[in-house]
Amino acid sequence: ERKRHCSMRFMLLFSRQGKLRLQKWFTSMSDREKKKIIRDMTTMVLARQPRSCNFMQWKDLKIVYKRYASLYFCLGVESQENELLALEIIHRYVELLDKYFGNVCELDIIFNFEKAYFILDEFLMGGEVQETSKQIVNRSIEASDMLQEVRFTDMHAHTHKCT
Amino acid sequence: MSDVVEKTLTALPSLLSLDSHPGSAKLSSTSKLGNLIRGITELTSKHEEEKLIQHELLAIKEQVSSPNTTMRQMKELMVRSIYCEMLGYEASFSYIHAIKLAQQGTVLEKRVGYLAVSLFLNESHELLLLLVNTVLKDLQSTNLIEVCMALTVVSQMFPKDMIPAILPLVEEKLNHPKEIIRRKAVLALYKFYLIAPNQVQHIHNKFRKALCDKDPGVMTASLHIYLQMIQENPDAYKDLTPSFVTILKQVVGGKLPMDFNYHTVPAPWLQIQLLRILALLGKNDQSTSEVMYEVLDESLRRAEMNHNITYAILYECVKCIYTIHPKSDLLEKAAKCIGNFVLSPKINLKYLGLKALTYVVQQDPKLALQHQMTIIECLDHPDLIIKRETLELLFRITNAQNVTVIVEKMLEFLCISEDDHTTIDLVGKVAELAEKYAPDNEWFIETMNTVFSLGGDMMQPDIPNSFLKLLSEGFDSVEEDRKLKLFAVNSYVPLLRGEPGKLPQRFLQVISWVLGEYSHLREDLEPAEVLSLLAKLLDMKNSSSETKSWVLMAMTKLCKGGTDASVTQEVSETYSSSLDTVLRQRAHELQYLSQDPELRARVLPRGANPETLEVDSSLSFLDRFVSEALAAGAAPYKPPHQRQEELDQSKALSLEPYGLSLPISMSSCSITDRQSPTLLSMSSGLSGDSADLSHKGGSSALKLDGVKRVWGREGYLAQREPVEEAAQVEVPSPIQSPGRQGEGDSLHSQTPTQTPTPEPEQEKQQLASSLFVGLASQSSVSLMGKSEPTPQRFRRKAKGQGPGSSFNASEQISSSLISPPSAVDNLLCNNLLDSNNASELAEQTSQLSQRLTTANGTCHTEAELTEPDTKGCNPALRRDNCVVAADPGPHDDPGRLTEVCLDSYLPAELSGLSHSEIAPLCANQSLNLSACHVQKEDSLILVVFIINSSESAIQQMLLQVDSEELEVSCLCDSPAGEMTSHSVAVGQYSLTVKRPAVHVEVVGTVSYQLPAGTSQSLQFSYKVPLTSFIRPFVVSTEEYGTMWLSFSHDTKQNLTLINDNQEPLTATLNALKKKLQLHVVEVIGMEGIVACRLLQDLPCLMHCRVNAGWLAVWLRSPVPDLPDCLIYHCQRALQSL
Repeated sequence: ERKRHCSMRFMLLFSRQGKLRLQKWFTSMSDREKKKIIRDMTTMVLARQPRSCNFMQWKDLKIVYKRYASLYFCLGVESQENELLALEIIHRYVELLDKYFGNVCELDIIFNFEKAYFILDEFLMGGEVQETSKQIVNRSIEASDMLQEVRFTDMHAHTHKCT
Repeated sequence: MSDVVEKTLTALPSLLSLDSHPGSAKLSSTSKLGNLIRGITELTSKHEEEKLIQHELLAIKEQVSSPNTTMRQMKELMVRSIYCEMLGYEASFSYIHAIKLAQQGTVLEKRVGYLAVSLFLNESHELLLLLVNTVLKDLQSTNLIEVCMALTVVSQMFPKDMIPAILPLVEEKLNHPKEIIRRKAVLALYKFYLIAPNQVQHIHNKFRKALCDKDPGVMTASLHIYLQMIQENPDAYKDLTPSFVTILKQVVGGKLPMDFNYHTVPAPWLQIQLLRILALLGKNDQSTSEVMYEVLDESLRRAEMNHNITYAILYECVKCIYTIHPKSDLLEKAAKCIGNFVLSPKINLKYLGLKALTYVVQQDPKLALQHQMTIIECLDHPDLIIKRETLELLFRITNAQNVTVIVEKMLEFLCISEDDHTTIDLVGKVAELAEKYAPDNEWFIETMNTVFSLGGDMMQPDIPNSFLKLLSEGFDSVEEDRKLKLFAVNSYVPLLRGEPGKLPQRFLQVISWVLGEYSHLREDLEPAEVLSLLAKLLDMKNSSSETKSWVLMAMTKLCKGGTDASVTQEVSETYSSSLDTVLRQRAHELQYLSQDPELRARVLPRGANPETLEVDSSLSFLDRFVSEALAAGAAPYKPPHQRQEELDQSKALSLEPYGLSLPISMSSCSITDRQSPTLLSMSSGLSGDSADLSHKGGSSALKLDGVKRVWGREGYLAQREPVEEAAQVEVPSPIQSPGRQGEGDSLHSQTPTQTPTPEPEQEKQQLASSLFVGLASQSSVSLMGKSEPTPQRFRRKAKGQGPGSSFNASEQISSSLISPPSAVDNLLCNNLLDSNNASELAEQTSQLSQRLTTANGTCHTEAELTEPDTKGCNPALRRDNCVVAADPGPHDDPGRLTEVCLDSYLPAELSGLSHSEIAPLCANQSLNLSACHVQKEDSLILVVFIINSSESAIQQMLLQVDSEELEVSCLCDSPAGEMTSHSVAVGQYSLTVKRPAVHVEVVGTVSYQLPAGTSQSLQFSYKVPLTSFIRPFVVSTEEYGTMWLSFSHDTKQNLTLINDNQEPLTATLNALKKKLQLHVVEVIGMEGIVACRLLQDLPCLMHCRVNAGWLAVWLRSPVPDLPDCLIYHCQRALQSL
């Protein structure tokens, strides 16, 4: 019987030195599989020649990757997926990070990786694109962040009324 | 959500001025995490890093377990743990604390807790059960952010079995006033649909509500579910086509809010999703396709901007246009679009262009011709993925003329590819092409040798199997046959003389088998030499025991005593004490058979015709032994996976969902767990010790319909039947090809330029001419080579059948050219006169009268009678296509008329039986296809009606039908040959299930030639519900009990009970019996046992038990997937009541 899958399987961010910066798995996978994928992705992507295309085949998956400054963004999708679209998913994620951090650089993601995860969760859900609007994603994240600030001041009771 | 922000912001103006960019402050860089990160970057060796992290983990561990740690500190500790895990160090001690944080923390701490849980655990982790209550609580929270977090985590990872516990709450959120909650709820349900479709079946109508949501975001989210559902059953959603078209029109026209734009392109993700859905709906459906032509044209036109995302949309649009019913001007535009991709200097676009070309080349081979030089360039591209995609394209345009060049290119690629997946895939393709189009024996054997060497032990096992099957069955000419075998032997001997240690195991197995069977064909080769070559393989260190057993088998076939005796003696002595039981058995066989030539000649006859060797996989010859053992008190057999499962169950937590768990007697793991449920219920009043097994097991023999007894207690049973099909199928003799170096002299090539060109250019031209030869001459290249006019050298074998399995009759592709009787009365006379069976005379008489009235043209009265309830149906069938009746007359409903009249074309022997509605399949300007299926007691018949609706006759019509899940065998001669104008041809196919699936599909092709000589083809598909194949299976309770034990595939599920006035168990079972044709074997108290079979003879047993208001059902079958499919249909049947 045909197995159903969401279109995205995983997203990895790693540096030019092959250091993992973020990992997101959209389907259930064992730790061993994850380790293998991380190892294979870093070696394969880093070994790509310049002027190659941004797509690779890995097992039955399509790997779509793009380098932004010192960081590689790598997305594993079903092989019948539209590669150009996957590339734009990466690009929109970078834009979202940029909007949130303001001139995002690798260090922002290293030191605030949990924020990078929260942004990703607002953007993609269950392996599909959930929200593409920069404004809306940013507003959602800031709304959650604000709660923190609120809790630190004495406005806790007030926000509870608001929500 | 935005409201929350607004309120919060107005409440806290001072906060904004402090920090307008929440992220830019990099607060955490001064934290402990910051210190850790900085510490790591300063290190120089991996060893130092390891030391630092271990130290860090120890510190975290100490702190998390301290009772004084606050939740706020815990949040910070979890972030550090996540970081350590990301670096590859395990921090499993923190998992439980992550769950606690999600449970007990305030909103922000909770957020980190949920994040940590989703990063640490996966769906099957048992700690996840502890999260269920937290999620339940948060789903009911009044705080939107908490609800969002719960929905997010649920869509990421949630234990499948626990879905019922939260499903009502998630469903409820579909009505939430906030669109963001509705959207997340839809996506969570989508995730449930992916991992456990049965659980969300009952809320399909709510998906429709989401599709109509006033918020475009919610609507977009619901399309994910629709895409999946439409993929599985497009017919059920055809009515939505106009809605999808309207939505797409609005999106393309820029009617959505700006928020949905992506770089000024309106909602590209939504557009693409809609295009994919439209492609599925319009496939093989002209009338539905017509609805979408306009919007597709507009999409192509609007997407002009030079941005990646518009190319992504264009690509999807092109795919859609080539998938749905063709329209010439759209195809032209799409082809131009593909051209832009292929010729683009941007490598990503070029790649996508190749991919699109690969997709469309089956329908439009000329497009490949147009771009041949680009394709050649891509073939030499330094980027392997471009090269790989090009090979994929070439694979689809391979024919008998270009096969050698294309296979050569593929093999070249195989030599440089390092990726196993690619190797397996390509090796399979080369083998397929070689089998289909091999120009001669030498080329075939040499290509297959390369396949075996390169594919090694990774390749699909059906490749060597079908190769051996091909060799053993041979083909039409005995002499050709002998040459092929001899050539194989000749090529293997030097390989074994060389360095056989370098050859993969699978190849050695093939070599052993071939030498064992056919080395006698080479007269100058002494058996003694072959024996010693084979014996050498046994001594190699890396030979697997499987290979050794193949080698021993081959030696058994070859040994003759005399001079060979010493080698065989030595070998059999070595292995007769082997620890491997198979090797040991082979060694004993070798020993006995080498000493008894007479017996050997009987058991392993040389040069025997291919025969049906059936393996009694049920081992029924051991029944008696098993019965005796059971009678003596032995425990019933449990398959290994079952034993493992029970072992796991006894160790692990119970994963049964709340309130849905099966009764203890079924789910707990006592020793009697795998016993028959009948046994359980019968012995429930008894002491329950193992002694009462004896009276069950004693008398029973496994009942195995359809399995021929081949192995008796004395060994192989002698009766043998020749393969029926072997003589019947005519195989065209192999075409005479110039041979392996034939690329150079393809004179009839399509090279456009004749002018002298520089050297490398010329090379490319030459390559092009050999690659694209034969493309322009044939108007359609079918992927499977079905409509391929070039004769195939070897008959295509069904994959996955080893030499040992039974050969099926469905392989025969009827090439009969007798045209079927086309006039109604002619057909009638033939059938009625031919059938001499008097037993159904009465029925035939009624058929006759019915037929005659129909033939006299009275069918239009029938049409009028039934007209009111069918108004507007069958829009695909036009009046001008309705040409079958002698006098169409002034009917109001041409669609209905066609059906009624087609009814009269049903073969006479089927007409008394109930048949499905005759449904239109597809149509073009000359042909009109419809089909229905007829249920017979022991088979299901597919009837295909082909109507020539044009004004002229068509030639060389050929109808071919095939299916992935079904065995299709042609009942009488498949309609073929000439069809006069306005005539009807009927094809009948008997269907049986090969591989159960929830829905099964038959696909087919009609190819024909127009009077002008142009060939055309028409493809169609026809869905048959699995339920049509279900038949009652009459067995006694005892037989049921024995079978229950022997079936290894099972599934359990709770079904709803029917509560009308009757006793619920009986009512439910009766409903199932009526709907699905099951056989109720016996009802004992609160339990019932039911049996059915899937045509032809795939049994499935069902044990039902009433428990806590549910019907706990346990299904078992020897066939994988069958229990799951059946439970699906049981659910459906009960829901539809």
